[in-house]
Amino acid sequence: MAEIIRFRDDEPVDHPAVTVDSFLDQSNANAVRVEPGDDARELIPHIGQLQLVEVNFPAFGDGRGYSSARILREAGYDGELRAVGDVLVDHVAYMRRCGFDAFEPDAALNPDDLQTALDRWPEIYQSAADARQPIWSKRHGAA
Amino acid sequence: MKLLTGNDLKSGAVVWWTGHDWSLHIEDAVNAGDRADEIAQREEAARRVNGPYAVDAEQREGKARPLHIKERIRALGPTVRPDLTLKPADPDHRDWVI
Amino acid sequence: MYQYDSYDQAMVDTRVEEFRDQTRRRLEGKLTEAQFTPMRLKNGLYLQLHAYMLRVAVPYGTLNSRQMHALADIADKYDRGYGHFTTRQNIQYNWIKLEEAPDLLADLAKVEMHAIQTSGNCIRNISSDHFAGAAADELVDPRPYAELLRQWSSFHPEFNALPRKFKIAVIASDTDRAAMRLHDIGIQIVKNDAGELGTAFYVGGGMGRTPMIAPCIRDFVPLDQLVSYSEACLRVYNRYGRRDNKYKARIKILVHELGAEEYTRQVEEEFAHLLDQGIEPPIAELERIRTCFADPAFGDGARSVDRSDPDFALWVDRNTVRHKHDAYVSAVISLKPVGGIPGDASAAQMHLMAELAKEYSFDELRVMHTQNIVLPHVKIADLHALWTRLDADGLGAPNLDTIEDIIACPGLDYCSLANARSIPVAQKISERFAANGKTEALGELKLKISGCINACGHHHAGHIGILGVDRKGIENYQLLLGGSEAEDCSLGKITGPGFSEDGIVDAVETAADVYLRERAKGERFLDTYRRIGIEPFKEALYG
Repeated sequence: MAEIIRFRDDEPVDHPAVTVDSFLDQSNANAVRVEPGDDARELIPHIGQLQLVEVNFPAFGDGRGYSSARILREAGYDGELRAVGDVLVDHVAYMRRCGFDAFEPDAALNPDDLQTALDRWPEIYQSAADARQPIWSKRHGAA
Repeated sequence: MKLLTGNDLKSGAVVWWTGHDWSLHIEDAVNAGDRADEIAQREEAARRVNGPYAVDAEQREGKARPLHIKERIRALGPTVRPDLTLKPADPDHRDWVI
Repeated sequence: MYQYDSYDQAMVDTRVEEFRDQTRRRLEGKLTEAQFTPMRLKNGLYLQLHAYMLRVAVPYGTLNSRQMHALADIADKYDRGYGHFTTRQNIQYNWIKLEEAPDLLADLAKVEMHAIQTSGNCIRNISSDHFAGAAADELVDPRPYAELLRQWSSFHPEFNALPRKFKIAVIASDTDRAAMRLHDIGIQIVKNDAGELGTAFYVGGGMGRTPMIAPCIRDFVPLDQLVSYSEACLRVYNRYGRRDNKYKARIKILVHELGAEEYTRQVEEEFAHLLDQGIEPPIAELERIRTCFADPAFGDGARSVDRSDPDFALWVDRNTVRHKHDAYVSAVISLKPVGGIPGDASAAQMHLMAELAKEYSFDELRVMHTQNIVLPHVKIADLHALWTRLDADGLGAPNLDTIEDIIACPGLDYCSLANARSIPVAQKISERFAANGKTEALGELKLKISGCINACGHHHAGHIGILGVDRKGIENYQLLLGGSEAEDCSLGKITGPGFSEDGIVDAVETAADVYLRERAKGERFLDTYRRIGIEPFKEALYG
């Protein structure tokens, strides 16, 4: 397992995440792991107690985790949102835009390639879960 | 017999296993027999070929000819553009393909 | 037409550099083919039967002469002197080298073009009416809406790994020239009772192995909610579209399995939520885009032509279409010469079409999904001069919407998915009907050929459709009748056992003869088929 790359300053949660089902059964956990088939909206009533949500990407081609991430951020979740699994360097920029602020890839990411990927896109076309300003907003005068 | 084929990684050109290298020309292809998988794995790992796979073929008039039309079209080029095939001047090549 | 600003240019330039980097990592072995494949596909690069194939996006089919010249130059510089116009208004090149692809993309970017999302499991190039901005019957020009959605869908972070590909078409007239209801999402610009413009959403259509006609899930989405509603449709699909079976992963299967009503309910719920998320561009953005599509300065002129040359008169009758301005027509350049390869154009022909667009059509061209090219705004007074130059270079075939105007996918001559060749069948059919002289009598007859079940040649939607299959290693062709991709959308039915390559040409003529025998006054082939049913055709084919 490669190391965890984090884009936040708080202390990481130091115990393993539980499944969505067991989290909903026993309500004292603060770390949960969302699989592609899970409905992230079931977590919304409990986001105040969550400090870590791992979203698993068993295969990079399964993009359900992008929606799970955005849904949680749209609901106001501000704890750690970590993409785990088959996370390739070419996807991290998209993941950042969907609200992920930590990565735990199966295979280590080359740090130079990672930086290049994160710095790649100076502009973006659409609004998502990050704070970046879309091109349409810049075009129409908002600072 | 089994021929081993794939595409050149850089150019995408169709290539055939000759026993020691890859050739554009099916005439150079050899029977890879039961070593096809092993050779394919080794050559792909070395990036000397992209997406190699084995195809069934027969010997006809001393030359290897894939059993399926798709591989014969791959071997020479589109039947509708003889000028772009590997044998633009050979009037018999179409009969070999179809 | 749309012009990039510095933002749009930066996006395209960035993608070129990203793809250059990805290509380098693949060539150096840092990416496996399995990892690289979705990256190259999302930039339109396939590994096809003979080589890499690059599909270049022509957003909503609109080009200017500079772009068409650039496409011709690319054909000469990186390919073998020609390109193939596709059934989704794009162009593809068949002989591309991976190591040269980044340079090719850089050349495209210089003329505001790209290959972004022309393949892969993402939102593809958005298609539209090829007569947009010229058609006499349109409510508004649909292209600004398509452009708004092009920008929204480009590099969309949430929808970059959908269950399957996703195709959107936008039209703005009741006559459907874009097969709108056979798309994942079909959008029609409409007016409500209060006279306001909005959009009707049709979701879950498609061809492929399970063809379906999209149901209307909402008859009016206000223009300032277009992006939010699209996003809701996509989010429900991304979350719940099937990922267990590639052949059941398109949105049509989701809509079908849930039922249109339940799918709509989920979309509406997501939509209500997204309306609060601030994702909708302001209407000022739509207005900015609209200004790019302002009408050119149309002038007055002759409203009729001198018909003394019968060849010219025939071409005018067949290949020109009524324009919203009386002194103009839209002129169709047929890429279906008798015995030719449907949709192929040489670099020289592309250069000529570009020059003619500059001279006669306010610098604009369109790619039709029927694989022809349109000069959208031609002065009637200029038609003879235009036709003379087209005809001199083999581009004057007078056969729009006739049985010779065949849609054909590349088939087994080029495509690694195909089971049978399509092009030779198209060539033989056009030669047969040109020789027997029945083309004129048959009138409008849309014939579409696919070389496999994926249906890139739209065979389900042909008045006559042909599907190539592999029968124990031999090419075999099934005949379908009664399809339509227009506003009277319907799916063709298979007549019975398939035919050999020559047999299918005879079968098409047999079906055509049944029509000629049975038709009532004013009926097209499709009308007669719908009236008399499939039996008389079966009787003639197999009886």
